[in-house]
Amino acid sequence: MKIANQKVTAERLVRDALEKAKHFADYNIFTFLNEEAALKKAREIDSRIKKGEKVGRLAGVPYALKDNFLSPEGETTASAHILGGFNSPITATAVAKLEAEDAIMIGRTNLDAFAHGSSTENSYYGPTLNAHDKKRVAGGSSGGSAVAVALDIVEFATGTDTGGSIRQPASFNGVYGLKPTYGCISRYGVVAMASSTDCIGFFAKTPEDMDLLMSITSGQDTKDMTTLPDYYNNDSGEPTNPSKRHSRIGIIKDFDNDSVAPEIREALKSKIELLKSKGHEIVELEMPALKYALAAYYIIVPAEVASNLSRYDGVRYGFRSEISSHLDELYDHTRSEGFMPENKRRIMIGNFVLSSGFYDAYFLKAAKARTLIIQEYEKAFSKCDFLLTPVSPSPAFKLGEKVNDPVAMYLEDVMSVSLNLAGVPGLAIPAGETKSGLPIGLQLVGPRRSDKTLIEFSRELI
Amino acid sequence: MEIKREDILHLAELSNFSLTDEEVDKLGDDLDGIIKYISQLNQLDTDNIEPTYQVFEMENVWRDDEILPQDADREMLLNLTKEEREHQIKVPKVL
Repeated sequence: MKIANQKVTAERLVRDALEKAKHFADYNIFTFLNEEAALKKAREIDSRIKKGEKVGRLAGVPYALKDNFLSPEGETTASAHILGGFNSPITATAVAKLEAEDAIMIGRTNLDAFAHGSSTENSYYGPTLNAHDKKRVAGGSSGGSAVAVALDIVEFATGTDTGGSIRQPASFNGVYGLKPTYGCISRYGVVAMASSTDCIGFFAKTPEDMDLLMSITSGQDTKDMTTLPDYYNNDSGEPTNPSKRHSRIGIIKDFDNDSVAPEIREALKSKIELLKSKGHEIVELEMPALKYALAAYYIIVPAEVASNLSRYDGVRYGFRSEISSHLDELYDHTRSEGFMPENKRRIMIGNFVLSSGFYDAYFLKAAKARTLIIQEYEKAFSKCDFLLTPVSPSPAFKLGEKVNDPVAMYLEDVMSVSLNLAGVPGLAIPAGETKSGLPIGLQLVGPRRSDKTLIEFSRELI
Repeated sequence: MEIKREDILHLAELSNFSLTDEEVDKLGDDLDGIIKYISQLNQLDTDNIEPTYQVFEMENVWRDDEILPQDADREMLLNLTKEEREHQIKVPKVL
């Protein structure tokens, strides 16, 4: 990526990024542009470079922040009306680590409100348009971040992935998108969706950039008790040199059927041939429990969503409804006016699967299905090093095509959610395009804590 | 199962939503479709399988019992609310 140095100033990099952001305004990528503060920081970095002082590994690199990461610059709204006017006094750990390396946030990006969605159409601020076809969706929920990288406005962008929210928009726009192992990067200061599956990750243009971002942001954080000790930078392990070492790549037979677009199946086949030609072994696997991953996901995640989103009541921060003569009315009206329809659906489904009489049939059943899914991944990784699968059943779909049919929208996530339930990492990689010019993405999946080798191995697919 | 209007109203109450009639109808249809979809889990045999609620590999993360510096103080937090009086958050009547 372009980093500021004696030849290229941080101010130049930031000005270029801001200009591009404005040039592509009609894509509705940003909910906030951090113009003044970004330029100020750029000039500070330039003056340090000029004096020969030490600067960070991301000196002057312009990046975009998904609008569910808390930081004092601009309002953090998660693209939801109910968080309108919320100026965070705290900074997310991941943001603090990027800033400490002198990266410069140039703007906050659009998402499906509270990251509920697979198209960025559920945003209070309207949909983000696909980088390759303005009539199509950006994917979601991290649609703004994916398009900001795909249109080359920024060098990288942050995302969150609860069920595919990084990998699917990455594949819809032709960039790399990583969902790391659960617990790899601190979730402190990121708007919670489903605490047992939420992951922080990135959109980037190359595996090398992704590796750098991971080495900067991974590690334990006392502010997030579910963070793992920094294995990313410390696992000595055996040095993996993919060109010398032959890997076993698993292909899931259950995913090779008519529900997947022919051009995506062809892209997968051509990558399989590429891997074979490089001496890697292809292993065909059956993973029948994955068929139930989406149903389990749309029980577990709404249950956690209903709990996590109960905090938004209009009392302490964000939007507060005017129609309220009584405290109960204030809660009801604030939540009714402040949430998007998809937020309401998920909260109500969550309360349904958790309510007495249905808990055993739905929530407990899904928690048991989750165990089976985890076991299936463990079994798969005893037979192969990585899995290679499609990210989603089709390339980017048209705006409005699925937004009124929640089940059709949920089916977008059918190949991505099982990773989140199992806590394993997945990297969406660009894998060509359709005849009509839409990007195709594939995902490389590895066992827990294999993030670094996963990124390294992805070079074999270029 | 078929979801009824009274079920939607009950779930809305649990969720602290006051819904319009139109929303009740639409959510009824939507939730019906979603519940039908997630009910396919019934076909999966989960006998003798333990549930999983989290995938974090560690348990009981300990630290010393001391107050650490906080990122936000009382003043900053009170600034976020719509109405404040005498260092308290003001809300409409409760009773």
